[in-house]
Amino acid sequence: MTKKILTYIDHFHGKVQSSSWEALGLAAKIAADSGGEAAALILGEGVNDLAEQAFHYGADQVFLADHAILKDFRPEPLAELIAAAAGDYQPDVMIFPTTTRGRTLAGMAAVDLESGVMVDVIDLDWKEDKITATRSIYGGKLLAKLTCSTSPEIITIRTRAFDKPEPDSGRSGSITNLEVSLDPADQATTVMDIQEKASGVSLTDASVIVTGGRGTAINPALTPPDDLDEEGADVWKAEQGFDLIQNLADVLGAAVGASRAAVDAGYIEYDHQVGQTGKVVSPDLYIACGISGAIQHLAGMRSSKVIVAINKDPDAPIFNFARFGLVGDMHEILPPLTAGLKAYLEG
Amino acid sequence: MKIIVCVKQVPDTAATMAVENGNISWGDAPLIINPWDEFAVEAALNLVADQGGEVTALCLGKEEETEAIKHALAMGADAAVLVSDPALKGSDNVAASKVLAAAITKIGEVDLVLFGQQSVDTDTGLLPVQVARLLKWPSLTLVSKFEEVTPAENSLQVVRSMEEGNQIIKSLMPAVVSVTKDYGEPRYPSFMGIRKASKAEYPVWNLADLGIDLPSSSISWPEVNEPVEQEIVTEIIDGDTAEEKAKILVEKLIAEKVL
Ligand SMILES: Cc1cc2nc3c(=O)[nH]c(=O)nc-3n(C[C@H](O)[C@H](O)[C@H](O)COP(=O)(O)OP(=O)(O)OC[C@H]3O[C@@H](n4cnc5c(N)ncnc54)[C@H](O)[C@@H]3O)c2cc1C
Ligand SMILES: Nc1ncnc2c1ncn2[C@@H]1O[C@H](COP(=O)(O)O)[C@@H](O)[C@H]1O
Repeated sequence: MTKKILTYIDHFHGKVQSSSWEALGLAAKIAADSGGEAAALILGEGVNDLAEQAFHYGADQVFLADHAILKDFRPEPLAELIAAAAGDYQPDVMIFPTTTRGRTLAGMAAVDLESGVMVDVIDLDWKEDKITATRSIYGGKLLAKLTCSTSPEIITIRTRAFDKPEPDSGRSGSITNLEVSLDPADQATTVMDIQEKASGVSLTDASVIVTGGRGTAINPALTPPDDLDEEGADVWKAEQGFDLIQNLADVLGAAVGASRAAVDAGYIEYDHQVGQTGKVVSPDLYIACGISGAIQHLAGMRSSKVIVAINKDPDAPIFNFARFGLVGDMHEILPPLTAGLKAYLEG
Repeated sequence: MKIIVCVKQVPDTAATMAVENGNISWGDAPLIINPWDEFAVEAALNLVADQGGEVTALCLGKEEETEAIKHALAMGADAAVLVSDPALKGSDNVAASKVLAAAITKIGEVDLVLFGQQSVDTDTGLLPVQVARLLKWPSLTLVSKFEEVTPAENSLQVVRSMEEGNQIIKSLMPAVVSVTKDYGEPRYPSFMGIRKASKAEYPVWNLADLGIDLPSSSISWPEVNEPVEQEIVTEIIDGDTAEEKAKILVEKLIAEKVL
């Protein structure tokens, strides 16, 4: 059966989340196998030049709406356009990246198009007529296979679960401009302001992650200033621990993660939390420092390719999941480790 | 203000999950309120403390699934509704959101419906936006802060998070909001709260009470498996000093080609 696949390209003010290209790469593969077609849907303001990138990453066709009303992310107007585009194009499959925006819009599309969505998919089989999607449930403790009996079959794919294609600058295709007839006065929401984060390496995109747990604050070698209470002294120590983690992350171009214990104790913002109630990540290399390896933490990082654990307790459960284990004090091990890796990477 | 907070009952996050004869089992692990939903209950209680009004906990589940509702009541919710119908077994997200939307409509005259960010069992995070879409209300997802709530003007302003940072967004009410962990620690139920909740009565509605037919589901789960445990061979790196261990690890990582 010929499959028409429509991929939603998620971006922030024109900056594309790289999982969008992973989604498009997957779409192009399904299209190639089924003699079908991969189309990309690009909605925003000032996004015209994303079309060309979409062709390079595998799109045969681009549907584009470039309009002031789409400047800031608001799900409702985007959902209208997505439903309209799907109504015209009649895709068999729709793919969204599982970003905060992609998840929202896929959920809305399922309602608007009277279908269903298989969310945060980590593996996909399209050899039969129907797609079978694999996703993890119960914090990764079980794997479920899902199918969708209605059309379009809508899926969102987990970041880094599918390969990002090599862009081919020789590819191009046709662009269809979508009509935008949304009335600003009809919109129930107004974006008042945006507070952008300092752009560090994002956890979900990172191929290397260095994480700190409660052990970041456990360093008898440090004497905190007298004027701090116990909690303050703890945070003060943890800041130095996380400095060591940041230094290693800088050398590796890595993102910084944290356990919930570290977040709850106020050592670092929640944004960095890895685990069942934090972010789910699967980097090539995950270096866990001063983390015990609680089941809820493992839920967020078990699928990492290579796990390194640095913990002073030889019985810490994290060692059961690690490829390499270093029993010792993270505060002593991280500086020479950082120096050694720096020397290698710069040499 | 009239606020509904949607709460789900799930197995404890520390439970060991297994598949027995095709059925998902969590042994004798306790059932709890979906941890994400506690943040939504906390937000609802604080909003009502500031603005006046009442909080109703709404749960869709089996008739004997009372733990999530009890927890919300013990935290301080004023009322609860359980929606339960054996026909709903195996419903997908869209079907569940149709049922919740019908229940919200039946409760009526609601200003806000609060949700948790996602369920820890199914990990989907779809119901808030799907319910919003069905009700044709704006959906404000991943909200960490309510900056301004003005019931007289039917408006609110919240901080919503995305990968790149925060968005400050103003919206009309009624609206659907999903609340994140960044909102702040949920309170523990008080002793009095727990006592009150254990005696509380609440209606149990089935599909007929909601006046809807069984919504159809598109998504089915033909297969659930325990993941094949990858054989992990752990290599403990030995050395006399931290420097020596670090040096060996560097060599191993180079050999492993993950840098
Ligand atoms: C509903 C629920 C959801 C949860 N969600 C999450 C989640 O998303 N993410 C998460 O991480 N947790 C989560 N948790 C919490 C989880 O159960 C653990 O409490 C938490 O992961 C522990 O963090 P930790 O490993 O940093 O701290 P601890 O368990 O206290 O471990 C600290 C470790 O550091 C080691 N250590 C101490 N000092 C040093 C040193 N100087 N050098 C080297 N090692 C040292 C110790 O030996 C110990 O193993 C959740 C819990 C619940 C109930
Ligand atoms: N069965 C249910 N009953 C009531 N609320 C639910 C139910 N399932 C999910 N929710 C709500 O929807 C949110 C998102 O759930 P989900 O889309 O299942 O990940 C949860 O945090 C709850 O607030």
